Amino acid sequence: MAVIYDLLVQGVQMFLVLALAPLLTGFVRVIKARLLRRRGPPLLQPYYDLARLLGKEVVLAENASWLFRVSPYMIFAATWVAAALVPTFATGLIFSWSADLIAIIALLASARFFLALVGLDIGTSFGGIGSSREVTFASLAEPAMIMIIFTLALIAGSTQLSTIAHIMSMPELGLRVSLGLALVALILVAIAENSRIPVDNPATHLELTMVHEAMVLEYSGRHLALIEFASMLKLLLYVSLIACIFAPWGMANPGAASLAFLGGLVLYPLKLAVGGALLGLFETSIAKMRVFRVPELLGAALMLGLLGTLFLFVSGSF
Amino acid sequence: MNVEFHAGFFVFALLALAAASVPLARTPRGPVIIYGAAAAIAAIAALSGAIAAARGIPLQVRLPLGLPGIGVRLQLDALSSIFALIVNLAAALASLYAVGYGRHEHEQGRVLPFYCLFLLGMNLVLVADDAFTFLIAWEFMSLSSWALVLVHHKSEVNRNAGFLYLTMAAIGTLALLFVFGMLAGGAGGYAFDAIRAQELNGFAAGVTLLLALVGTGSKAGLVPLHAWLPPAHSAAPSHVSALMSGVMTKVAVYGFIRIVFDLLGAPDWWWGTLVLVLGGITAVLGVLYALMQHDLKRLLAYHTVENIGIIFIGLGLALAFKYHGMTGAAALAATAAIFHVFNHCIFKSLLFFGAGAVQTATGTRDMDHLGGLIHRMPGTSFLFLVGCVAISALPPLNGFVSEWLTFQVILLSPELPDWGLKFSIPAVGALLALSAALAAACFVKAFGVTFLGRARTPEAAAAGEVDRYSLAAMGVLAALCLLAGIFPGVVIDILAPTVTSIVGGRMPVQTEIAWLTIVPIAESRSSYNGLILFLFIAFAAYVAVYVIHRLASDAVRRGPAWDCGFPDPRPQTQYSASSFAQPIRRVYGTLVFRAREIVDMPRPGDLRAARFSVRLRDLIWDWFYAPVVVGVTTAADLLNPLQFQTIRRYLALVFTALVTVLTVVALWQ
Repeated sequence: MAVIYDLLVQGVQMFLVLALAPLLTGFVRVIKARLLRRRGPPLLQPYYDLARLLGKEVVLAENASWLFRVSPYMIFAATWVAAALVPTFATGLIFSWSADLIAIIALLASARFFLALVGLDIGTSFGGIGSSREVTFASLAEPAMIMIIFTLALIAGSTQLSTIAHIMSMPELGLRVSLGLALVALILVAIAENSRIPVDNPATHLELTMVHEAMVLEYSGRHLALIEFASMLKLLLYVSLIACIFAPWGMANPGAASLAFLGGLVLYPLKLAVGGALLGLFETSIAKMRVFRVPELLGAALMLGLLGTLFLFVSGSF
Repeated sequence: MNVEFHAGFFVFALLALAAASVPLARTPRGPVIIYGAAAAIAAIAALSGAIAAARGIPLQVRLPLGLPGIGVRLQLDALSSIFALIVNLAAALASLYAVGYGRHEHEQGRVLPFYCLFLLGMNLVLVADDAFTFLIAWEFMSLSSWALVLVHHKSEVNRNAGFLYLTMAAIGTLALLFVFGMLAGGAGGYAFDAIRAQELNGFAAGVTLLLALVGTGSKAGLVPLHAWLPPAHSAAPSHVSALMSGVMTKVAVYGFIRIVFDLLGAPDWWWGTLVLVLGGITAVLGVLYALMQHDLKRLLAYHTVENIGIIFIGLGLALAFKYHGMTGAAALAATAAIFHVFNHCIFKSLLFFGAGAVQTATGTRDMDHLGGLIHRMPGTSFLFLVGCVAISALPPLNGFVSEWLTFQVILLSPELPDWGLKFSIPAVGALLALSAALAAACFVKAFGVTFLGRARTPEAAAAGEVDRYSLAAMGVLAALCLLAGIFPGVVIDILAPTVTSIVGGRMPVQTEIAWLTIVPIAESRSSYNGLILFLFIAFAAYVAVYVIHRLASDAVRRGPAWDCGFPDPRPQTQYSASSFAQPIRRVYGTLVFRAREIVDMPRPGDLRAARFSVRLRDLIWDWFYAPVVVGVTTAADLLNPLQFQTIRRYLALVFTALVTVLTVVALWQ
């Protein structure tokens, strides 16, 4: 019985992230539009876009290979699984022990690997520019993320997200320098990973500094829908991750009463809303960076993460 | 079956095969017979390695050959048997691959005999139980592989590669000669049992460690002793490249483990830090070098340097934990290192086989002359892709598991009381993470430029799929990548006796944990389950495919590429190997390679073509090798007049030398 209950919670989590991801993206767009004093698209526009794309036929470039057709599903599946493993409204999900935080980040790296490959598949210069920049940024963002994980894991004594969330919610932990460094670094990495301003602009097309859009330029129809969906899931994943680590309140523990789950389910969208609003505010208040300034930003994130880890190696009380 | 028979069987089978291959190399069916037989012998050897590993009782033989009083001692203990299993597994598959690939070789007589001897040399290193046999086998391995590097000796590049390799191999063996001299001590006990019984003082042990690092590190490709490796590994035929890069470097790692963990006794406090830091630097420099290459095989060979770095990081951590008596953590570190030995052996062989297939199909291995091969070589490209994903440490394949284990060890290390380690381990952790991310970039480049996009030359456009034997060998390796990735607990348990033999402890039994999860220390701390993750991804992908094809559109139309409205049909407009790496070169290369981009743009009205060139400098070559080369050349020039003297002067020279030596000896006492 307990197993079925756990599976149910895991299933709810899987479909909850799927249902909320476009909403979060739509919400960020609305916030940005309002801050610019535009009316902006409706809140549910991303759902309409996805539905429209799914219904359209796919136009494949003449020399597209099988990898080009398979990759959207791989990218979507890997991102979805990663998002489903980050605790949102409840911790200790039934499959959470199958992948710790390092594995979740590596799953996202798998998705990125295929995305960068398909950028090269058609053999256009735009695809190449996107891929080569994506892997360059990732070569700094991923180590920065690993360093952040080290910082968290050294404090919590675990790389399991559920345990980290549990330790982080304990009041005796107090304020720590290393956690502050990790938070700043994590926000920088999250912005870069999700192709947000100032690293990349999710709203442009045909801009010489674009990265993500350049890789997916040749996609259309359901393939494009899957890739767009995957990037929405990734945004949700990072906001959930920050919420789970730095605002771990109100998440139901395994074996808690149903009321706790309901509370978690109410609180989680609120956390997403706060995260989305802050992201919108940040994006409107900053200008896009030149491409070769981005490595400096990510290098800063890497150094902050490394500093946090180093502090903890020196003394566990930092 | 008795042990002498076993040892004798392999030695004489491979020797006989080498002898038989000399006449057979001239016949059209010869290579197939030889490679088939080599595959069978290596498979039997792998099997006997597996049986020995499973039985867990060390075997020892003493053959009445070699030096008087010592003889040739051979053994097969836990450490040797696991390496014998890994090495012969890869050797068997390389031979299977060569059944198909080898027939494209024009110089069969230069390949076949040395190939058999090379296999024999590597196996003898693993089973040697005294210093004399070890060194002979080591030289045997070096020289036979040197001969294989020089198969295509007409090319200037290959001759230089062979010369550099021979020089470095000689330096390495010289260092090992001193290692065993130090280990044997004054009494001169050259059998490994006698060496183990001997106790070296701290200083002598430290010197021995440094010499062992030079001796085995130069064969494995540890920075700064790696310079010979990429040219030599890429010069040989591809199945030999796979053996050199995937397997011989592992024999060198075996040599390091045997000497440092087994023969040298208890480690000193600074050993772990040194090995760890060298490993970290090797990992990052190796992958950065690899990213700058446009020759597919050279890229793979440089990437071997990176993986050796990762293995040495694990070994360094194991040494540090062993010194501080933290056996559990040392076992975890050693498991991570040997797991990576296995993984690298598997996927690097797979990738070299793929590179060989590309070379067979197109006649080139320059990525800038390839492209679009995924259409022409679907099997090879799929298997190569599996290798790329595995080597980039992406779940759910095997490369991720060993990297994940290494990260778990790093997270255990704040408990170490040593301040040097407290500062170096986080830095090495960052280097390891950096090298993992750069490896993914490197293999996006390798696969993307070679197999994806449009064909850059007519040869690439006309390529065809390779033979079944090659595909079968690659298929087995790709399957192993997946199996080791989703059942890592089985591999960890197989490695347990070896780990116990080198650090005195083992990881908890993994195969009894529910769902085949791996739990290095405690479940609350960390766990990973490749199987569940694999099924989870498969399930998610299936749901996506099912829902979309059922409920949404499944119509497809082919059209020209869009490319923002301005597609250019010329394949030159694609990203090439060097343009793909340009952002990375700008971020890291200015520091590491002193990369300079020179743009020669003619003035308006000038009809010259604009030129763009990149200049990279290998700082390690400049700082480490070039002074040695200059020094040796200068000394040779200074001494050159001594070659052209009259007999009287020679006699006077001999007399003066003798008097000087005698004076020195007299004053010394």
